[in-house]
Amino acid sequence: MAKRIDCSDVNIYYGNFLAVEGVTISIEPRSITALIGPSGCGKSTFLRTLNRMHEVIPGARVEGKVVMDGQDLYGSDADPVTVRRQVGMVFQRPNPFPTMSIYENVAAGLRLNGTRTKKAEMDELVESSLRGANLWEEVKDRLDRPGSSLSGGQQQRLCIARAIAIEPDVLLMDEPCSALDPISTLAIEDLMAELKERYTIVIVTHNMQQAARVSESTGFFNLNGIGQPGRLIEFNPTEKIFSNPDQKATEDYISGRFG
Amino acid sequence: MSTQLTRPPAGARAAEDGNGRSERRLPTWVPWAVFGAAAAIAFGIEALTDFTVVLAVIYTIVLGVVANYALSRSVEGRRRATDRLVTSVVTCAFAIAMVPLVSLVWEVVSRGARRLDGEFFNSSLVGIIGEGGGAYHAIMGTLIITLLTTLISVPIGLMTAIYLVEYARGRLKRSITFFVDVMTGIPSIVAGLFAYALFALFFGPGVRLGIMGAVALSVLMIPVVVRSAEEVLKLVPNELREASYALGVPKWRTIVKVVIPTAIAGLGTGVTLAIARVVGETAPLLVTVGITNATNVDPFDGRMATLPVYAYYQLTQPGVPPENAIDRAWTAALLLIALVMGLNVVARLISRFFAPKTGR
Amino acid sequence: MTATRTQSEPGTSRPPRRLGDRVFAGTARGAGIAILVILAGVAAFLVAEAIPALTAPAEEVPGGRGLVGYIAPLIFGTLLAAIIALIVATPLAVAIALFITHYAPRRLAQGLGYVVDLLAAIPSIVYGFWGITWLAPRLVPFYRWLEDNLGFIPLFAGPTSATGRTMMTAGLVLAIMILPIVSAISREVFLQVPTLHTEAALALGATRWEMIRMAVIPYGKSGVIGGSMLGLGRALGETLAVTLVLSVSGGITFNLISSGNPATIAANIALQFPESTGIAVNTLIASGLALFVITLAVNMLARWIVNRRADFSGAN
Repeated sequence: MAKRIDCSDVNIYYGNFLAVEGVTISIEPRSITALIGPSGCGKSTFLRTLNRMHEVIPGARVEGKVVMDGQDLYGSDADPVTVRRQVGMVFQRPNPFPTMSIYENVAAGLRLNGTRTKKAEMDELVESSLRGANLWEEVKDRLDRPGSSLSGGQQQRLCIARAIAIEPDVLLMDEPCSALDPISTLAIEDLMAELKERYTIVIVTHNMQQAARVSESTGFFNLNGIGQPGRLIEFNPTEKIFSNPDQKATEDYISGRFG
Repeated sequence: MSTQLTRPPAGARAAEDGNGRSERRLPTWVPWAVFGAAAAIAFGIEALTDFTVVLAVIYTIVLGVVANYALSRSVEGRRRATDRLVTSVVTCAFAIAMVPLVSLVWEVVSRGARRLDGEFFNSSLVGIIGEGGGAYHAIMGTLIITLLTTLISVPIGLMTAIYLVEYARGRLKRSITFFVDVMTGIPSIVAGLFAYALFALFFGPGVRLGIMGAVALSVLMIPVVVRSAEEVLKLVPNELREASYALGVPKWRTIVKVVIPTAIAGLGTGVTLAIARVVGETAPLLVTVGITNATNVDPFDGRMATLPVYAYYQLTQPGVPPENAIDRAWTAALLLIALVMGLNVVARLISRFFAPKTGR
Repeated sequence: MTATRTQSEPGTSRPPRRLGDRVFAGTARGAGIAILVILAGVAAFLVAEAIPALTAPAEEVPGGRGLVGYIAPLIFGTLLAAIIALIVATPLAVAIALFITHYAPRRLAQGLGYVVDLLAAIPSIVYGFWGITWLAPRLVPFYRWLEDNLGFIPLFAGPTSATGRTMMTAGLVLAIMILPIVSAISREVFLQVPTLHTEAALALGATRWEMIRMAVIPYGKSGVIGGSMLGLGRALGETLAVTLVLSVSGGITFNLISSGNPATIAANIALQFPESTGIAVNTLIASGLALFVITLAVNMLARWIVNRRADFSGAN
């Protein structure tokens, strides 16, 4: 059910401050798109506009068009809550609900929305989601333990299971491995490679090797200076970005000659 | 510079120089011993004249502090002596402040225990002259009115806190925050007068109803609930709200199903402490609910007895002979303290056992 | 959702929000507004019930000297008792706060803080019971001594009350009642003193008291002032403890240890209200309004001082 996303001329504001300017990008379905760039360049902010999470912050707003398979996410009839059910998100720090068990965390998307589901169906959904997140074997015997009792890497996979349990079309990942050790990171990267068969995945990462390892396309964000808006400098297949980028700024950043 | 500082200043130097050392300290037991001696002298003097504890304690403190200062000044120098002076003053002040607490608890427990019997809990004052009788009607009244107060205050207080933390921006938020502060400072008797004025408008002057007391107490309880709930809701990490939004959960369901369950321990503690705060209030009930000798459990029909007001009238208008009523008053006071302390303990237990489990 | 209010630029009109969201947000907003309404109601109903006393001819008001003649001694008594409480409580509270934060052994400190907080939870009527039976009689010899030795000061002119139920006793009971709040706020600001400041003082070779004088007191001063103002607000409105402890005879006097004492507004209401009818009730409500205004002013001043400090320390 993966869908493509086309953005044209997206400007993102915090109050009156223009944080990201003029982003035009096409994100292909069933692939991983990585967004890289220095801190504060607006890549996470841009990611959050793809499921309308940006506007949760008071004073934040978005201009421009974001279209997902012909559906205008910012159209006048678009409901942010519906958009978020179609576009799942995984955050930088694992954030399982502390009051819920592992099982309930995975079921949270449906339970919190008040969707009535039969016990057997729910069990099946929880199992398939946890299997999808490569976590089932590790937790199947302790589904009623609190979600926060897991290790950091397991918690992050639990969050991925929670996100895919609502069967989204797109999965956004905001530096999903930055709080994890290398082994957990590897587990998540393997998982992403499996998930891209079914979902459109957009990942923000600070780790260029990670972008090179997992993604098909890479977008490089940069900003000219403090207080300037971030821009999408270059968007190309990952191979090209890391071997022969079009822009000098990209090459400087990738080869570590940034700044 | 450093040698300058460790050496006592000129005033004390003469005594030091003879010894050839710049640093002489009193052993740690000395100040205590000095105070012990001061106490012995003070109580001795008082025992010779007419003995009064208050004066003896005052003499002890003055004598002890001065003697300690003088001793330290002669041995350790001016700066250390000043330090010791402040230490003994601060410690004495703390000890003095503890005296009321200890004596108050002792007084209430020893006097209140006399009538702590079955009859006190299961009979009212109907037809009681002199001995016997109890506070059943007052206990019921306090329970009913406190329950009503909680039913009024918690929804309003909690929803206001939710509004302030999750929704409000700008001017309305500022003015609500400000007026909650103002409300915190309303004297309890004024809250009682407000409830009286409100009901007198509809039911005529002289009206006394249980529900009036609940309204008056709500005026006092709502701001306490708002304040504590606001603090607790602010502690819920924003990440959890975002995680819920990202699952396509509407804001109100996020609040009801994620934010409140995460904060439930703190909310429970806050509400319990707020109940403890109003359960002993006397003044507002005195002017709104009045007192009666019979059991009345209908808050919408006439006067009710409540524990604090019961205690007040039993002490101030004991009748003849006074002893029986005064004993009942103290038992009621003991019950009130027990109630308040019990609620405080419950509040602590709630925050300990219902906090979200984070352990590995 | 906030989006509807913040995304205000034309062209991006929002679809109607979900019903659940609208109902819930509306209820929450309603509760907040209800608080404003309640407070406005407190003021409005008190004024409405006080008006008959304001317009009544002087001879009909209890005491026969008009509303001002009735309320003035009460205001005097209220302020006198509260100020005695403030003068006694503030230094004690600061000492308690210092003891708990800087002198007590670490492990003891938390328990002590809890004990002091418990003092705040004890109902006011129990303080009254204790004040009238335990404290007042024990203060009589002390008052005699004051009368004998310091009688030339009008405050202690005597003759000493035989029961000890004097203005001084009322002030002392109030002081004990406001100790917890003042010391709690002082404790909080003392704990916020940056460790950098205290360690800098100690590193210069300061004794503990010098460190407190150099680092802690300057930092915590406005917090202590604000806290004691809040305590003053409490003391002004405190009812039952004063009602029980103070033996009231009316009139204005600075004599703190004799049996002739002015009442306080709150105590007077508690004493008179249950037996009053007609214009007397309106007069009492008018005095309650005066109390409301006084405490409001004191509390607002206190909040302003505390908040100004909060803004200041927020920058650190």
